[in-house]
Formats: sequence, C-alpha cells, structure tokens
Amino acid sequence: MHADPAGVLTGTHFLDGDHACCEGALAGGARFSAGYPITPSTEVVERFAVRVPTVGGTFIQMEDELAASIAIQGAVWGGAKAFTVTSGPGFSLMMEHIGLAAMTETPCVFVDVQRGGPSTGLPTLPAQADMMQVKWGSHGDYEVIALCPNSPQECFDLTIKAFNFAEQYRCPVFVMMDEVVGHMTEKVVIPPPEQIEVTPRRYTTIPPDKFLPYEPREDMVPDMPPVGKGYNVHVTGLTHDERGYPNMKPDVQDRLVRRLQNKIVKNADKIVMFEEDQVEGADVVVVSYGITSRVARRAIDAARGNGVKVGSFRLITAWPFPEKKIAEIAGQVKAFVVAELNLGQMVREVERAVAGKAGVKFVGHAGGTVHHPEDIVKAIMEVAR
Amino acid sequence: MAKGSVQIVAERCKACGFCVEFCPTKVLALSSAFNAKGYHTPYMVHPEKCSGCDLCGMYCPDFAIFGYKDPEPTRQQAPVGPLTAAGSQEASDAR
Amino acid sequence: MSATLTVHNPVDPFLRMDRIPHIWCPGCGIGTSVNSFSRALIDAKIDTRNLAIVSGIGCTGRVAGYVNLDSFHTTHGRAIPFATGLKLANPKLNVVVYSGDGDLFAIGGNHLIQAARRNLDLKVVCVNNLIYAMTGGQTAPTTPGSVITSTNPYGTYDASFNLPYLVEAAGAVYVARWTVFHVRQLARAFQEMFSKKGFSFIEVLSPCPTLYQRRNKMGDGLDTMKFYKQVSKVRNGAPTSEVALSKAGEIVVGKFVDRQRADYRDLMHDKMIESLGDRYVETYFEEEGCSCSN
Repeated sequence: MHADPAGVLTGTHFLDGDHACCEGALAGGARFSAGYPITPSTEVVERFAVRVPTVGGTFIQMEDELAASIAIQGAVWGGAKAFTVTSGPGFSLMMEHIGLAAMTETPCVFVDVQRGGPSTGLPTLPAQADMMQVKWGSHGDYEVIALCPNSPQECFDLTIKAFNFAEQYRCPVFVMMDEVVGHMTEKVVIPPPEQIEVTPRRYTTIPPDKFLPYEPREDMVPDMPPVGKGYNVHVTGLTHDERGYPNMKPDVQDRLVRRLQNKIVKNADKIVMFEEDQVEGADVVVVSYGITSRVARRAIDAARGNGVKVGSFRLITAWPFPEKKIAEIAGQVKAFVVAELNLGQMVREVERAVAGKAGVKFVGHAGGTVHHPEDIVKAIMEVAR
Repeated sequence: MAKGSVQIVAERCKACGFCVEFCPTKVLALSSAFNAKGYHTPYMVHPEKCSGCDLCGMYCPDFAIFGYKDPEPTRQQAPVGPLTAAGSQEASDAR
Repeated sequence: MSATLTVHNPVDPFLRMDRIPHIWCPGCGIGTSVNSFSRALIDAKIDTRNLAIVSGIGCTGRVAGYVNLDSFHTTHGRAIPFATGLKLANPKLNVVVYSGDGDLFAIGGNHLIQAARRNLDLKVVCVNNLIYAMTGGQTAPTTPGSVITSTNPYGTYDASFNLPYLVEAAGAVYVARWTVFHVRQLARAFQEMFSKKGFSFIEVLSPCPTLYQRRNKMGDGLDTMKFYKQVSKVRNGAPTSEVALSKAGEIVVGKFVDRQRADYRDLMHDKMIESLGDRYVETYFEEEGCSCSN
C-alpha cells in the first residue's frame, strides 16, 4: 500500500536526523504521538506537534515517559499508528511498557536518540550505549526489532521501515539513533507518496463470534481485532491463551512466549538488514552502525590505503542480530574490528556469532564524542598482521 | 401470592449473605446444602413474600441470584427448601 | 421453577460468562460494583460497542477481564494514560477507567491528576477498599489511620487521601462517592457519568473482607455492608474538603461536584481552529477503518 499523501513532504530537504525521523513517521502513517521532552530527541515530537494538526492527527505531551510509552499503545488500539521518542533516562522509564507492547503484540515505534550515560550522563553528546538495553531492558523473554540509521536520510527511510515492521510483526520496533545522527543536518530526499511502501494494519476479516484474537496466522503473527466494532476484545499483559484470557498454565506460557520469540527469530531472514562493502576477500571486516559507521568509512579507506584488505559490515538492524551472516564471514576472515560508542555491547553479539572462528577486536569508548578514525585504523592494522 | 421470584445460579454463589440481609421482605436464607466450592447457597424460605424487586440481584457480587416480577399471577410457587443438584439443573434449564 | 419460564440475569450479556465465577473473595464489593455498572449500561441504553474499559493492576483491575466489552488490562497505575491514547485516537469511544485506589492514587496518582487537569473525557470508577488487596493487604494512600496492614503491622500513622477533595482540586467535572451498599444510587451515578462530558470520577467504597476487615477485626463483607448502611450520610453537594474518611467514622456519600468545563478535545479543537483556521485537519477517523488500514 502507498503512503497517505497527507503525511508526505515530497521534495529535497536539508534536515537534521530528528526532523527527518518525524517526516519518516508521518510518511509511514503515524497520526498519534505522545512524548515527553528529553534531549536530544525532543525536536522529533516538536516538529510532529507543528506538522500533525495539518496532516490529521494528534500530539500530546504527557507528564512523563511512563505515560507516553503507554498512551501510544492506547492510541494503537484506538486505530492509529503511533510512536514516541526519548533518550537514555526516558528509555529506562519506558521499559515496563515495552514489555507490555511485546506481550500484547501492540504495533508501535519507539525512537531512542542515544546520549552519554549511565543516568543523566551527557544530555547533549552522543553514545551508543542503549543497544543491549533495547533488547533486554524489560523483564521476561521477548524479541524486538531495532534499526540503526547513520544519516538523516536513513532516519527518514528507516522510521518508515520501523512502522512497517511493527505492523507486520505486531511488536515494538525501535529506531536507535544517536545524538550526532539526530543533530546532523544533511540532504534528505522525500519521494512522492506512490514511491513509499507502507504496511497497513492487518485487521481480521473473521466475524466476532468466531475470532480468536491471539490465534496466529502462518507467519506466527495474529490478525488485529478492531476496537469499537463489537469484537469485545480483551487485551491483557497477563499470560493469556488464544482467546486473550488470562491463563496461568505453564504450557500456555511456553506456547505464548515461544511464539512471541519465534515470530521474530524464525522470520529473521526477512527482517535483518545490513550493508556490506568489499567483504568478499577481506582479511579484516569492520563492524559498525549509526554515526560510528561514518567514521569507520574514513578509517577503512585509510587502512585500504595502507594495503590492508578491509571490508565493511554495517548493521542496519541491530536486532535481530545478523548472526548467520557474521558466522559465515567469520569463516573467511582473519578478524573483525567492532567499533561502537560504548564499552562493549554489540561486540558481544559479534563474538557470540563468530564463536572463536576469527579474532574480534573492540574499539570503543564511553561516549561524549565520535571515534577518532586513527583509533579504528590502529585496530585494523593490529589485527591485519 | 408471590408477585415475583428469584433465579439462583448456585455454582456462582460464595455465600456472602448480602441477598439474605438486604431482601426487604426477608424471603431468603442460606441453606444447609452447599455447592461444589462448599458455599451454603441461599434459598427462598418465604417465597410468598417475594415481590420480584431484584434487590438481591443488585447486591449480589457474584451474579448468582436475581429477582424477576412474575408475569403470570396463577403460576405455581417456586420450590422451597434447600437447593439440590436438581435445583441447579432447573436453573440451567431456564437459561 | 417452571421449566417453561426462561429468565436470564439481565447483566449476563455484559459478562464473559466463560470466566464466571470470578476470583473475588466472598463479600468483596467489586462484583457488586460491576453489577451496578452493568445495570446502568442497560438503563442508560448505552451502545456497548462503543464502550471500552481500561483497568490497571489489582483486584479491581481484574474487572477488565470479566466484562464482555472491549477491555484492556494494562500496567499498574497506567490505565489512565492508556485510556488517554485510546480516547484521543478514537474519540467515538466512551472510555471508562475501572481500577482500584492503590492503582489510581499511588503509582497512578500523577496520571490521574494530569488527566483531571486536562479534563480528558474519561470516566473513572475507583473501587476504594482502602488497601492493596491483590498483593496481600499492604497500606494504600487511602488507608485511614490506626489500621493494621501487612506493611504497617503496628498500625498506620500517616494521613490518607481524601479522594473527592483531591480529584475536585485537580479539575474533575463530576465527583461522587457511594458505597457498594448504595446499589441504586451507584447505578444512577454511573448513568449520569456516562452522559457527562469531561473527567468524571466516582469513588466506590467496598469491603475487602479477607485483608482489610479481617486484619482489623471488623467482621466480614456483610458486617461491612451493614456498617456502610449505619454510618453513611447522603450529602449531595457537600464540600469535598469535609468528606474525609476515617477508620470507623461517618461516611459522607453523594454527588459532590457536577460542573461544566470544556473538555480536552474541545479545547484542542478550538485552539487549532484559532491558530490554523482551515489548515487544521481533525483527527482522522472513519467509520469503516482507521487511519492506517487499507
């Protein structure tokens, strides 16, 4: 289905990542947002507050991130596509409701413009230290989809993708930006609506008396029941059976939670996105994402200038992690260099997938600024030996 | 002649006693019989005094009893005495 | 009973019959409040297709699971923000928040006062059993003084909220209190609430025989109902500052506040029109689908 023209600001623009993300949300069909101000994410919803009354939707600034993260879920059940934005401290507050979205299979989008942490940290400076939190932050077993844009253009494109994934897999989807990508201004091309593919919500066609709200389709995702149409839907965060009714039996728990996991994990091949460059025949592959991938590009060029066969593997989806691809590459290279703005997060996934078949060198720091390309070059040269 | 009667769904009752207490004409009492959960369910000890006001039905936290006005003045009286399995059977027949 | 006479409990259609009997204790008043609520739905001839119930966590929170309506059992304290999103995205819905005193006034307190301040068109039913029942009887912000609870084993000593006073101050347009003894008045209050526009609040006092009453040697549910009957005074229009509760004192019930104030959507709409004129596009909502389906 094509994007609703009302939300598409077709043209060539000069926007920062936050603003581009907002345009992506509107193009992707978002017509409700509930937010709470937190640097460096606030501009996303500030722009939405300006734009959405002329597009046809609602923005409400809630009293805290706890409220924002669940107000969007109410709006989703009310029929809208909805999202919220935040950064580290707010993200931590949203964790309970991320679990609720996963458990109730509520399609919604969370944008985290990452900044230095932990705690209040560095409100105006970048980090990429929420990458494990996005996957494991809420209690219990559940899966998420997390996308990492590395430019304002990707902030636009991947936010649309996030909404599409959310509807397809009925789960919370995350756009993991960072402060630099969010605040850097670049050319953003917004195509005409006919060129933007948007996934509509998959409402059931089964009548109310026969419909089971949590009975999955073949792709392990259930159709969504509409509210206000006599379906008498019951949605609960308690473990529930196919009728949506609370059910405490261990076999029901196992069946439900495994399906929540499998609908992402078993469909990973359709979700995983990455960008490879000269990985074929490389001795060293640099793994990076977000703003770090821009710095890594410079480092890779320099290393290639030094005669090293270096490939680049950029994570576009951090979760589900492209473990199959990394494992495959591991059999062909000497080592990986993993560069990220934290003290070691996605590198653990790389190590897990590599399973000792190649070396893994980590280049990171606690955040506050981007990498110096020289640090990545040094690491590449070290492992290339 | 009773102007009304009550319907009791014995299996839902938890013997809280609200219906017995708040019936304006004291039609009900808790019986010595009990349901599967062990609760002593109410029965009409004075069915002739029932007006069908449904106050019992309004008070019941368990939706286990409700009153109704009798449309046929010549209808026979509701059974008296403790509720038995047959009593609940009748309740389900009437649904 | 005559086998040819078919009578049904008129409230049965509003219940998920496949889940009855419910989990509430003998003598608990939550079921009675749901009973009154269902009767109000019948008498007010509410189109229940457009009614949605949102509840939080706790004994009263379980109401969502027993009513045969679009119902949402959300997280502790956050029923109101969920209901906010639901109502704003789908203004056609009549959204009722049905939750307990701990859920709405402790963890959920900020959300409650913000929603009242905004005058969102939400109907809030607070079953107040003066305790955290589901988790075993801990102190709630509504627990009166000198009451034994599991977290105040020597008796409570701090002040408790006067809910009608708090909610009126926060901006609610309809504030009432009844006990589950007052079944008829409660049903009538629910009816009034359905047709009231703006943030409406009804406090429903209920026994918690298993925890509150038992630990304080106050008898069972029936004893509490008799207590309500004995000490309740109907004072419609009473100043809410004067309706505080205590362990064994008078219970003032009635409709305290019924006023007019533009609700959140009206305020938003008017401001948008004022600022944007005909550039303003109202929240997109169509009969057959939603803003995002085919």
